Amino acid sequence: MSTIGVAEPQSTETVEPEVAMAAPRKGRRRRYSQLTRGDKIALAIFAGVPAALHIAFVWVPAISTAALSFTEWDGLKLGTWKLIGFKNYWSVFTVFDGKFFPALFNNLILLVFLSGCSVVGILFAYLLDKNIRGTAIYQSVFYMPVVLSLAVVGFIWKGVMWSPRQGMFNVILGRTAQGDQIDWVGNAQKIFTFHVPFLDTPLGLSKNFAALLIAMAWRHIGYVMVLYLAGLKSVDPSLREAAAIDGCNEWQSFRQVVFPVMKPINVVVFVITVIEALRAFDIIFALKKPPGTQVLGILVRDNLVGEGGGKVGLGSSYGVVLLLLCLVFIIWYLVNNYRENEL
Amino acid sequence: MSEGYEFSPNPRDVGFQIVSRRSLLAGAAGLVGAGILAACGDDNNASSSATNAPAGTAAPAGTNAPAGTTAPAGTSAPAATGDAVSVGVYEATGKNKDAFVAGLDATGVPYKGNFVDHNSFQDNITAYLQQPDDVFTWFSGYRMRFFADKGLTGDISDVWANLPDFSDSFKAASTGNDGKQYLVPTSYYPWAVHYRKSLFEEKGYTIPTTKDEMMALAQKMKDDGLIPFAYANDGKWPVQGTFDILNLRLNGYQFHVDLLAGKEDWTGPEVKNVFKTWTDLLPFHQENPNGRTWQEAATALENKEAGMFFLGTFVSSNSTDPAYLDDLDFFNYPEFDPKVGADALDAPIDGYLMAAKPKNLDGAKALMAGIGTAKYIDAYLKVNPSSVPANSKADTSVFNKIQTKSAELVGSAKSVSQFLDRDTSPDFVSNVIGDAFANFHADPTQVDSILADIEAQKSTYLG
Repeated sequence: MSTIGVAEPQSTETVEPEVAMAAPRKGRRRRYSQLTRGDKIALAIFAGVPAALHIAFVWVPAISTAALSFTEWDGLKLGTWKLIGFKNYWSVFTVFDGKFFPALFNNLILLVFLSGCSVVGILFAYLLDKNIRGTAIYQSVFYMPVVLSLAVVGFIWKGVMWSPRQGMFNVILGRTAQGDQIDWVGNAQKIFTFHVPFLDTPLGLSKNFAALLIAMAWRHIGYVMVLYLAGLKSVDPSLREAAAIDGCNEWQSFRQVVFPVMKPINVVVFVITVIEALRAFDIIFALKKPPGTQVLGILVRDNLVGEGGGKVGLGSSYGVVLLLLCLVFIIWYLVNNYRENEL
Repeated sequence: MSEGYEFSPNPRDVGFQIVSRRSLLAGAAGLVGAGILAACGDDNNASSSATNAPAGTAAPAGTNAPAGTTAPAGTSAPAATGDAVSVGVYEATGKNKDAFVAGLDATGVPYKGNFVDHNSFQDNITAYLQQPDDVFTWFSGYRMRFFADKGLTGDISDVWANLPDFSDSFKAASTGNDGKQYLVPTSYYPWAVHYRKSLFEEKGYTIPTTKDEMMALAQKMKDDGLIPFAYANDGKWPVQGTFDILNLRLNGYQFHVDLLAGKEDWTGPEVKNVFKTWTDLLPFHQENPNGRTWQEAATALENKEAGMFFLGTFVSSNSTDPAYLDDLDFFNYPEFDPKVGADALDAPIDGYLMAAKPKNLDGAKALMAGIGTAKYIDAYLKVNPSSVPANSKADTSVFNKIQTKSAELVGSAKSVSQFLDRDTSPDFVSNVIGDAFANFHADPTQVDSILADIEAQKSTYLG
């Protein structure tokens, strides 16, 4: 930032009358601006370009999705859509309840499960922060899966871990014989089920989705760990020393001192966990969407780009439901952030 | 948020801090990403460009330049100005792809190949059709007529005027609801029960012709420690063949057609009966089909772990072992009800469609005409002889056993259906039937609620 830009307004504030006279003489109207022309251009670019991109790639699609969710359209030719009001939403919750609610339930299971993984990741980060011997190795090992996209994780695990005949799980369990194999990816039997009054089919956690959770944990724990570790490194050591001098034990020092200081990171971890749970898609898609593993993202995609024209209206209404779910958490996040800034 | 980093304690950790900032960015991107996923209009485009991506990479392999060399071939070669006809092909690897290259080369029309993985090609067809290649591989049946009705594929009736080598039934299978032709058929393959002759001889099994005989044979195989039927459902389509054949055997061809057209009730006694029979047969099928690819099931047949495998004759394309291929044979699915008989079967026809507005119209039509000649299919089948040519002038002297038998079987059938996902709305199949059948295999006791779901969701897709 140029010094002139700062110097000028300073004079305006301190010696106002002078400037009031000076302004007309110079013929400039920059009294209230602390910015030079260059600053303004830079600002316009820095704020304008991302804003334009954001509007073009987030808001335009989001709003058109919301608009399309009230129409019936096969997605083949522009302009052939037909307004049908709330019929798609009605379909989602009644006709397709057997698809929607199991998918929503799977997303919720993911949310609970990944939250647990986040806690484990935080625990790992806390342990590694103790500079135990071989920290770098542990960090690398846990962080390694994060460099892989979940789709790749799915492909790898399907071949290496879950394959009935030569997968690692079945080899270790000694269940590779024909007829004795565990079908990790395909077995949609439920581990537990419960009935919801207004639903025909019971909700529950299927075995293959549980297997999938293991792969997601493999990646998510490392992700959270590295985030948290970075945060822990930046905690002022004197805080902990002070806590130790005051007689805090390890748990108290973490709970009462470190954890509150880490609030920004906690929020990020929470939001990442929620988003990961709600947008889950790639690993399931990579496994070719086995039964019992449906999530909302899959429903959106299948209806939008499914073969034969697709049901753009129906897919969009799934999308809007998912968007609303995300919004709840995003709003929570923003509110939380504002409050923080007020302090 | 960055306040947390203002007092970084230890230079050693700087490396990690960079990572963490990126991760934070990634987290923010996650928020945006969720918005995009929800706003999926964009997702659509993303996947279409994904389809096109391999085009660029694969193109050089497929591009051939017979422009000058093979021009004398009698085809009305487009003014060889160099703008080759672009061809979209739903095979990207191995023998399957090479067969297409060989066939297209034989037409003598300059073309540029765009080879895409089979499942991706089908899955992205809607997006693909927004900007298709001039000519592309597709199927006969409802799947073709659907796009023809939408005006997404080109009328090639004038090409058909010069295609004398096809019987009327193939012409009918290439005709849209408006009476015009849209498809040039290349080959077809029947669905039948495959088995290894040597295994049957060794154990003294005989080929069943009725349900009772089949059940007895299956029981015998089970007692011998074999899986009677290899079975797979990865991708959610292979078991649709089993549904088709059970429905054809129990309720007949006309009911099958009406059911798929949405005119019959999925919760009615006829369909219930199919599922009851299916449930009874499941113990004789390889367990947990949902996680198994048909290739894995075919391997079980090859290794003599399984006695039979009901699949299309493309089952042979999974192996290159000549001894096994010589040993492989098939028989027609047995009769279940004497009143219905066993003269209906699935025998899907594959072929080519032309884009509604090809960039090179003359070239595209010349290529379609070339594909309709025996030269194309002879060259194709030389590389991948797992199907039967639709062209009556094709060289039958090189037929292998399977091809000869396939031609006989289909020739003797009174009615031929395409396949479940080709005989009805494809998005009804991919969004409703595929999941429903997979759920049935996960828990056969849920059949009533599964069928009720199909019936309820049917009207959304079959107007």
